[in-house]
Amino acid sequence: MKKEHSKAKKYGMVIDLDKCTGCGACMVACMAENNVPFKKDESNKLDSITWLRVFKLTNGKSFPDADTCYLPRPCMHCEGEHGHAPCVSVCPATATDYSHETGIVSQIYTRCFGCRYCMAACPYHARYFNWWDPVWPEGMEKLLNPNVSVRMRGVVEKCSFCFHRYQAAKEKAYYEGRQELEEDEYQTACTQACPAGAITFGDLNNPKHAVYELKKDKNAFRLLERLGTNPKVYYISTRKWVRQAGDNYLEGYETEGKVKKHR
Amino acid sequence: MDSALIPKGVRRCSIGQFALFVGVVGVVLLWGVFAMLLCWIKGLNQTNMNDYYGFALWIWADLAVIALGGGAFFTGFLRYIIGKDELKNIINYAVLIGFICYSSALLILAIDIGQPLRGWFIFWHANVHSMLTEVAFCLSCYFGVLTIEYLPLILENRQLDKVPFFHNLSHNLHEVMAVFAATGAFLSFFHQGSLGGVAGVLFGRPFAYREGIFIWPWTFFLFTWSAAACGPCFTIMITRLTEKITRKTLVKQNVVELLAKISGWMLLTYTIAKIIDTWYWAAVSAPAGGFWLMDFYSNNPLYGPWILITEVLICGALPACILITKSGRKNPFTLMIAAVLAVIGVSLNRWVMVLQVMAVPVMSFDKWVMYSPSWQEVATTILPVAYGVILIAISHRYLPIFPQERELNPIEN
Ligand code: SF4
Ligand code: SF4
Repeated sequence: MKKEHSKAKKYGMVIDLDKCTGCGACMVACMAENNVPFKKDESNKLDSITWLRVFKLTNGKSFPDADTCYLPRPCMHCEGEHGHAPCVSVCPATATDYSHETGIVSQIYTRCFGCRYCMAACPYHARYFNWWDPVWPEGMEKLLNPNVSVRMRGVVEKCSFCFHRYQAAKEKAYYEGRQELEEDEYQTACTQACPAGAITFGDLNNPKHAVYELKKDKNAFRLLERLGTNPKVYYISTRKWVRQAGDNYLEGYETEGKVKKHR
Repeated sequence: MDSALIPKGVRRCSIGQFALFVGVVGVVLLWGVFAMLLCWIKGLNQTNMNDYYGFALWIWADLAVIALGGGAFFTGFLRYIIGKDELKNIINYAVLIGFICYSSALLILAIDIGQPLRGWFIFWHANVHSMLTEVAFCLSCYFGVLTIEYLPLILENRQLDKVPFFHNLSHNLHEVMAVFAATGAFLSFFHQGSLGGVAGVLFGRPFAYREGIFIWPWTFFLFTWSAAACGPCFTIMITRLTEKITRKTLVKQNVVELLAKISGWMLLTYTIAKIIDTWYWAAVSAPAGGFWLMDFYSNNPLYGPWILITEVLICGALPACILITKSGRKNPFTLMIAAVLAVIGVSLNRWVMVLQVMAVPVMSFDKWVMYSPSWQEVATTILPVAYGVILIAISHRYLPIFPQERELNPIEN
């Protein structure tokens, strides 16, 4: 077999907010795919786990100018500067890590001891703590995804860009004597579930992947860009107010954003 | 009954009175222990923390007691390194208070983490980039130092002192105490600082984030400085409180005044530094992240500009001014007011740097979220206070904590 090193990837997402209808299929798919635990009563959203959460944004205007936008928010897999994502650099036990091979921010459940410092560091609220041990309704444990470990009480979890799918695809490719994955070989559950096709996933470094061009769209933006988190999830919207909702704008700072350098 | 254990030449209340006092406080302690067990057995769902408030009352309590326990390292530094000899009359108590504060901090941390049995991962899988790693290492080491500093005091108990080995050990420990005081000051500088760094490095949270030098944000230095300034105020406050309860003068006024004066100057310089920091943050760092100062202090039911004014002016500049003036220090009432204000100020600062950081929305479509602790959180936070009171009561009764006590309270035969 010819040995070639696979190039460093930067997996990311581009979400077209003009296409998103807020149906929540992505959230459901994510929960099922990743064995995300849920409570009997989910009315308190402050302690329920939603790796992917759809936020509802409104432009604050009244009829006929009122407008709504649904914004799915997975973990942004921030790169920060040289992989120093806000959450990665603070974790005292190296229980969350930035992979320079894939650009994915991992979470090592068996190493996390639940200090929750990473949650304090993440401005997107993408991290969730297991306040309870998971309890599955009778018989549901048989339906869990065998490729994803369930988490115990006392540890933090978050979106992994369905990393187990990457591993499975890599294994298959390796078995077939390939190093590189095709675009469709590794896709996240939410991407595949979205009926509107609003989510596109792929390697941001790879010109053959759709996200490569999409991220350069003139209407593309990322959330809280100026903080230096350097996220790998891009959003597209033709609506200006939606793009502006992506960051905090002050008069005099509007256009250039004054993005600061961070460690 | 226990007179053989009580130091010679001092008066103590009856054993019955003492037992009653310890018993009452003990009930509070048990309440805290019960809540602690609930948290350990049932998990952190016993708290009112949530995914917006990963850090809450406990982390505040942790930061606050560590700042207040700063009196131990700073008094030790002044006594052994700078050579302020008079402070030998208060250093024992400062060490005891420090010991209580730090053991409490460690206990709170053990309750606060989701997987207490994995607590050692912080050492085993240490991430050198994390401020919390630095905190864990320095905190544990410094707690060791405090234990070594407290040990000779225990060994000076009348009965223990009769054992030649203990007597010699205690004597020898006293001889080398300067080494431990220096180590303690060094370690404290780092962990007090790293606790400030914990918030300061959060570049995703413009309310907390600060620039700095090398890897250390300004909050690193501000935390160390404020602990050195306000820790001694806490020592003074607790000393005065102990005197009130025991109805005795335990430390001479000149000793307290000296500590108060140094504390006052530290507090004044700290307040100036804090004002500069706040101004730079309001004018440069926060706008760079897309926030005006008032965004952090409006649109919510609790956090308003009052908090800044209280922290910096009423509990910073005001006590500093009292403490640096002779008449302010000499008057027991104003001295106590200043000490209490400084203690409130530093505690408020820690609150802001933990709780307000969590409360402020960062994404433009996010909301302010308020939090109030559950009774389990409150009980476990009071637990260390009860434990501290009991340890002070026992130490005061059986150990020669205050070298000037006999002279100030002669017993007539
Ligand atoms: S979105 Fe949050 S959890 Fe995800 S990498 Fe960024 S800081 Fe970490
Ligand atoms: S909660 Fe877990 S992953 Fe997060 S900082 Fe603590 S140890 Fe690391």
